Amino acid sequence: MQDDATTDPAGALRLEGITKDFGPNRVLKGVTMDLRAGRVTALLGANGAGKSTLIKILSGIYERQDGRILVSGQAVDISTPMTAAQHGIQTVHQRIDDSIIPDLTVAENLVFEEMVRGSGPRVRTLKSLLPRAREIAQTLDLEWSDNFLLKDAFEIGIADGQLLLLARALNHRPKVLILDEPTSTLSATETDRLFTLVRRLRDEGVAIMYVTHRLSEVRTLADDLVVLRDGRLQQEQSAPFDMPAAVEAMLGKTIQVEVSELTEHRGERVALELRGIQLLPRSAPIDLDLRYGEVTGVIGLIGAGKTELAQAVFGAERLRAGSMRLDGAEFAPRSTRDAVRRGIYLAPEDRAAQAMLLGWTVATTGSLPFLAKISRGSVVNRRAERRMAADIINDYGVVATGPDQEMDALSGGNQQKVVVARWLRQSPRIMLLDEPFRGVDLGARRDLAHKAREQAEAGACVVVLVSDVEELREVADRVVVLAEGQTYLDAYASEIDNSTIIASMSEVA
Amino acid sequence: MAGTTEDTSALDRARDVIVKYGFIAVTIVLFLYFAATEPAFATSSSLFSMLKFVSVTAILGLGVMFTMVVGGLDLSIGSVAGLAVQMAAMTMVFYNMTGATAVGVVLLAGVLVGLINAFLIVVCKIPDLLATLGMMFVIQGAKLIPVSGQSVTSGMVLRDGSEAPGRFTQGFLQIDRGFVGPIPLPVLIMLVLVIASWFFLSRTTWGRVMYAIGANPEAARLTGVRVGYYRGLAYVISGVLASVGGLILVSRIGQGDVNAGASSLLEAVAVALVGRSVLGQGKPNAWGTLLGAVLIAIVLTGLTMKGFQYYHQDTAKGAVLILALIFSYTLSRKKIRYTSAT
Repeated sequence: MQDDATTDPAGALRLEGITKDFGPNRVLKGVTMDLRAGRVTALLGANGAGKSTLIKILSGIYERQDGRILVSGQAVDISTPMTAAQHGIQTVHQRIDDSIIPDLTVAENLVFEEMVRGSGPRVRTLKSLLPRAREIAQTLDLEWSDNFLLKDAFEIGIADGQLLLLARALNHRPKVLILDEPTSTLSATETDRLFTLVRRLRDEGVAIMYVTHRLSEVRTLADDLVVLRDGRLQQEQSAPFDMPAAVEAMLGKTIQVEVSELTEHRGERVALELRGIQLLPRSAPIDLDLRYGEVTGVIGLIGAGKTELAQAVFGAERLRAGSMRLDGAEFAPRSTRDAVRRGIYLAPEDRAAQAMLLGWTVATTGSLPFLAKISRGSVVNRRAERRMAADIINDYGVVATGPDQEMDALSGGNQQKVVVARWLRQSPRIMLLDEPFRGVDLGARRDLAHKAREQAEAGACVVVLVSDVEELREVADRVVVLAEGQTYLDAYASEIDNSTIIASMSEVA
Repeated sequence: MAGTTEDTSALDRARDVIVKYGFIAVTIVLFLYFAATEPAFATSSSLFSMLKFVSVTAILGLGVMFTMVVGGLDLSIGSVAGLAVQMAAMTMVFYNMTGATAVGVVLLAGVLVGLINAFLIVVCKIPDLLATLGMMFVIQGAKLIPVSGQSVTSGMVLRDGSEAPGRFTQGFLQIDRGFVGPIPLPVLIMLVLVIASWFFLSRTTWGRVMYAIGANPEAARLTGVRVGYYRGLAYVISGVLASVGGLILVSRIGQGDVNAGASSLLEAVAVALVGRSVLGQGKPNAWGTLLGAVLIAIVLTGLTMKGFQYYHQDTAKGAVLILALIFSYTLSRKKIRYTSAT
């Protein structure tokens, strides 16, 4: 804004009304935004907001349905990665493994695009590539030795791999550089090095789109911020940022449900003591007590460590550090079976990948964790199994033709009811529900929240992990805010208001 | 998505019917054709000899099927059968022991190979195909060492110049030649194993869990299933079934042929794959495996009666397999995998 005079008023890159459908789903619903030269624009958005679709359109992997892309005020057509490059747009994707070519050396990876394009001689020795490779590396001031350049590109580690891709991208002298969650696997010093580079590029006049889930990075690095939700641009800000407002825009819906609707329960007895637990590679250890007789709502953005917490308690992943005590006794589950035997259940985050079985029915999906209960001497009693499924259907109001209907045929909400009910109905000691309301309609959400609260009232320790304040309000007695692997708030729901929760979700670094 | 017009949905329904019953129809049509054109084909003795002929393939196919249920594939099955052939012969011929001992030794060997496969796959995390491919070579090679590459026959001369002390016992030879009522013993063994496998897989918790692992191992693990244990178990079962097949085979040929069993791998994999396709189940199952074996028997017997030479057989088997794969991959409308719900 202040440099209107010096740069093109239309900005380096302008998107107008970009839309994209996948089958019947409209993922992008008309996105209009500007990237300005010499500024870092952070792109924020929750899962499924449409971020990665937008990036893929800009890098020529997907084609947009509708709308215009303007580079320096000129409408351009981007349909392949090649045309994106021609118009000065370069992307460093999140998964660097997809972009680095294995079994080739660092040098070959650096000059790869030139080799493919066929500039230069067809046949050449590896050695003859080195000067050009060194030149490309130097665009980032990387003083890489010949020895290093001749290494297999897969052996150099993630941080250097990322620098390699960045150097390759910068070799094109891009006007627009898109970085998709570049720091998710980097250490603190590697992150600092990357930030220095990004700032330098910005000062050289490159327009940078920086995609991240880490608000601390937005605060230290970005000049502008845009929030995408539900395929639409929800908010634009320039530094200094109002982070709570950005988080609210990410999560959506001004929240009407305040505390009053719940009869708050406060548990007395501690079920699980977590001591010195480290959730993320770089996070500091935390302590947390989970109690019987209450619903603990753990809220945090993506990457906050919620799933890591749930998986560790369930024995599905090892703890990085720390210990757990269950009812006062040492608890170190070696497998999910250890957890299930002790009444610790988990309904996982990604229903399709982690709970659904291809071609299975309501009855067989519903009975899988507790086959022993419906079988005599290892022989499954199919009548008991169908009765179990019929009970799930009745108790949870599942819309299905009956126990023998295939799960695929049910709606998302009804599928979720089945995969949550199969655990909740078996009197859990600790019930972990990881994003139980994802892809679930409002009615099903209400039913599931109600059933979860019933279990807590009956004495269970229920832990619901969500990223949405409204969902949290609907189910939780107690609120724990998790951000970048740390607990930032631990209070009873009646004691705090939504703005406090949102403020502490964004209160990092 | 489902068809929008009446026409396409009618087409889809027709396709479902073809997928479900097409293979059985092919089997019946072929059977009727051969029965009508070759009078000798449909006699009961011919039928039983056909089933007897196919019993080894069917039992090995059951073994492959178990490993397919947990999402793997046991390529060592043929070599385990071959190992069984040789170990049975060695036990009786070299060491002059009883047929019952030979049976025990062979079954133990099957368990042992299964455990090694399980170790390589579950503990060492080698992909199923590669681990069992390696085991296939090791077994095929290792079994040649104690016999210096020679087939084991009664009365053969040993390395020290003496004559082998033992011979195949009469009881052992009855495994292939015996009858229970009108039914040949190998056919009975095959039917018992088919029924037992069917019951195990579709009626017990063990089988249910194995299918769950094949359908989505991560979802199975997150319900508290010991995925590694059951995958390993499938390979042990496969090893034992291969040994049973090998016992019938050695009893049939009456000597420890070093090449026995080598060709049965492809047939066993073929019938298990055919078995997955029939009845539109889309998952490996015991009755389907039997049907696959029977179909191959019908085709081979029919062709032989029609005067085709042995060297046409592999082509016929391959054609049957390809047809089955078309049923399950090309024609079936069943979804292959899930897409994320968000």
